[in-house]
Amino acid sequence: MSELKILGVSAGYGRETVLEDVDLTVAEGTTTAVLGGSGSGKTTLLRAVAGFLRPGSGTITVGGRTVAGPGTWVPPERRGVGYVRQDGALFPHLSVAGNIAFGLPWPRRRHHDRVLELLDLVGLPAAIAERHPAQLSGGQQQRVALARALAPRPGLILLDEPFSSLDTALRTATREATAQALRAAGATTILVTHDQGEALSFADEVAILQAGRFRQVDSPRTVYREPVDAEVAEFLGDALLIAGSAADGSVTCRLGTLPAHGYPAGDVDVMIRPEQLTLTRPGAGGLDAVVRDIAYFGHDAVVELDPAGDESRDPLRSRVLGVDAPALGELVGVSVVGRVRTYPRVLD
Amino acid sequence: MPASFRAQSVGARSLGARGVAVAAALVAALTLLPLLVVVPDALSADPGEAASYLLRPRVGELLTNTGMLFVVTVPATVVVGVAAAWLVERTALPGAGVWRTLLLAPLAVPSFVSAYAWVTVAPWLDGFGGAALVTTLAYFPFVFLPVAALLRTLDPGDEEAARSLGLSPAAAVVRTVLPRLRPALSGGALLVALHLLAEYGVLEMMRFQTFTTAIMQQYAVGFSDTSSSLLASVLLTLCLVALVLDLLARGRHRVARVGSGVQRRAVPAVLGGWTTPALVFLAAVVALSVAVPVATVVRWLLHGIAEGDPLGADLLQVTLSTLGLAVLGALAAVVAALPGAWLLNRHRSGLTLLLERTTFIASALPGVVVGLAMVTLAVRWARPVYQTVGLIVLAYAILFLPRAMVSLRAGLAAARPELSEAARSLGLSGLAAFVRVVLPLVAPSVLTALVLVALAVNTELTATLLLAPTGTDTLALAFWREASELDYAAAAPFAAVMITMSVPLTMLLRRQILEER
Repeated sequence: MSELKILGVSAGYGRETVLEDVDLTVAEGTTTAVLGGSGSGKTTLLRAVAGFLRPGSGTITVGGRTVAGPGTWVPPERRGVGYVRQDGALFPHLSVAGNIAFGLPWPRRRHHDRVLELLDLVGLPAAIAERHPAQLSGGQQQRVALARALAPRPGLILLDEPFSSLDTALRTATREATAQALRAAGATTILVTHDQGEALSFADEVAILQAGRFRQVDSPRTVYREPVDAEVAEFLGDALLIAGSAADGSVTCRLGTLPAHGYPAGDVDVMIRPEQLTLTRPGAGGLDAVVRDIAYFGHDAVVELDPAGDESRDPLRSRVLGVDAPALGELVGVSVVGRVRTYPRVLD
Repeated sequence: MPASFRAQSVGARSLGARGVAVAAALVAALTLLPLLVVVPDALSADPGEAASYLLRPRVGELLTNTGMLFVVTVPATVVVGVAAAWLVERTALPGAGVWRTLLLAPLAVPSFVSAYAWVTVAPWLDGFGGAALVTTLAYFPFVFLPVAALLRTLDPGDEEAARSLGLSPAAAVVRTVLPRLRPALSGGALLVALHLLAEYGVLEMMRFQTFTTAIMQQYAVGFSDTSSSLLASVLLTLCLVALVLDLLARGRHRVARVGSGVQRRAVPAVLGGWTTPALVFLAAVVALSVAVPVATVVRWLLHGIAEGDPLGADLLQVTLSTLGLAVLGALAAVVAALPGAWLLNRHRSGLTLLLERTTFIASALPGVVVGLAMVTLAVRWARPVYQTVGLIVLAYAILFLPRAMVSLRAGLAAARPELSEAARSLGLSGLAAFVRVVLPLVAPSVLTALVLVALAVNTELTATLLLAPTGTDTLALAFWREASELDYAAAAPFAAVMITMSVPLTMLLRRQILEER
């Protein structure tokens, strides 16, 4: 398996530039999730790496070999880069076995052992080998597509939103099977997705792509807990932004004085994740509040809180475990767990 | 950097793609050749003479006749086609599978054979009545086919939604099913209209004059291209009017199913007491459109054998030469259609839109116009090619290219570009990807296109009459010659071969209903 290095790559279609001067390194055997909304350039990035789109500038190397760069262009079939699309793109005229063995050299296509090995790797029964793609469920099709991409032992696997066309239950199962197969194969992987939970849970590193540029590339924990700015923070999940004043590693705001990191001193915006707000007895937390509304999900609940005695202030939102959900109208104390993140003040 | 830089999509600007575009443009120009010959020729006539020629009562009579035939046959085919499609696809009628085949079977009987059968069975039936009856019976499958295919896949969800919004069953059908049938219905009616305008055999046999028969007679009397071109231009205008009417009737709105989820089949309606009348109706349609011509051909065939008519060698030779022309015509049409079909599937641009329109217009060209244009072209500028195999094959290619295009496009749509890309990223070169992915996916539709065109050539009469190479006989020509001389027994064997060879057509079209999207 190989390391992927993207250096200063710009790419687009016709006169329209989609990616602008992008850098990214994916270490050998690791998975990086590229997280971005539609039109952010995620698919363009994958197509440039796979060799279906020629970048206007920059260099792409796979395992130390330059596949795209000034004066260099390696066609897709000689890159050793596997590509799994959203719809799987299985060959409708071939059986599952025919699909999986498709990229193998001729003599090995005859032998079934590699096919069976790969079916096992992606968690599908051997009995499925003679079926045709139309006879498979969406999740099975995705797994076959993955097995097909892994068969020639590529240096790099690209997954283009491979789970987004599946329904929730199937998505989780397919995602787990895929992660397991990729780990077992030791594959270097890029997953492109617009699903935050998927990116955070699937990958070793998450790269946030917005408007053709990477805003942040970090471990899932870091991008979630320490996003580079408020916009990235809100893109990754629910975020509460309130005004505060920072000094000496802490920040003072309406929730009290809290340990903080980020922008060190002066007027700041404080970013707090809803699950950092915990509910206590009234008077025991930094402030008291009345439960205005509850969205109860079973495993957890999102609680809307009106800070007590202060109607004008915006409501707070807390995410608590389902078993800890308070009653509507209850008076509770609110305190903050863990460090909060500060940014230079932009709020009014 | 961003301002000056330009990136390109790999493959889009390759030399190959440009070559395909040039080929497609050449073919498009070729398909419009008949227009380019006939129209300027008509315009070159002295305006005063042209006007006096076109304003004769004779032309008015031809217009009236064409109009009368339209007013009766088009609605009649729509009624019969839609009723039959609904009975077969949406009701619990016994034997739906058998009826589906039988209702497509008229397409295996050349319309002029059907006319011959009716003339011998009911000699009193000629003129307008006979023409309207035979054309309705021969053409209703053009409506039945697309409507049945659509009804079969129509999700009953729309109707259910309409019912739950307070509509009666009938109102639900009118307001949800009919709008979605519109394109199929309009497309079917257009085919009927274009066939009516191009029809020669039936109308000649029924002694009912329209523009096509008039042009053919004029040609028989003596080739005077300007007056023929004038009549042909009127005919072309009528064809283009039919195209425009179809475009208007189709409407602009998207009528395909929107949203995702699994599509359901409708629950068949129970006919109850209506079962018997429905069966009688279908049986009558099949009896009149299939049983009468087939039984007549068989009767004359037996009659001829009893009389000791020799057929063997002659029949075999005519069949072989017909097959030869059919294969050449099919190859020419499919090869000519390939670049355009490829382009329409892979690149959307102003050029491809133009190409699509051109094919659409070409599909309306009647055989008589194509034949006449080829004759004019050869006589004026290329005398040596007149009455050669090359010229008639060119005419077949122009005439049947739209047909080849339809099935080629369906096949190419199955070979999505993503699949080629998947093959490339699995280590295959462009050529290998084409051989192992595109070719296997496209091959069935190429074969279908070849068969469809070959079968059409097999029974083509009008252009063949004008362009048949000296010394070459075809089944349609031989049949026509014998039938014109009222030697019905001698004509029967040729008709029998034409019908037998057209049976695969019915099978192909039947599959089209069953596999529709």
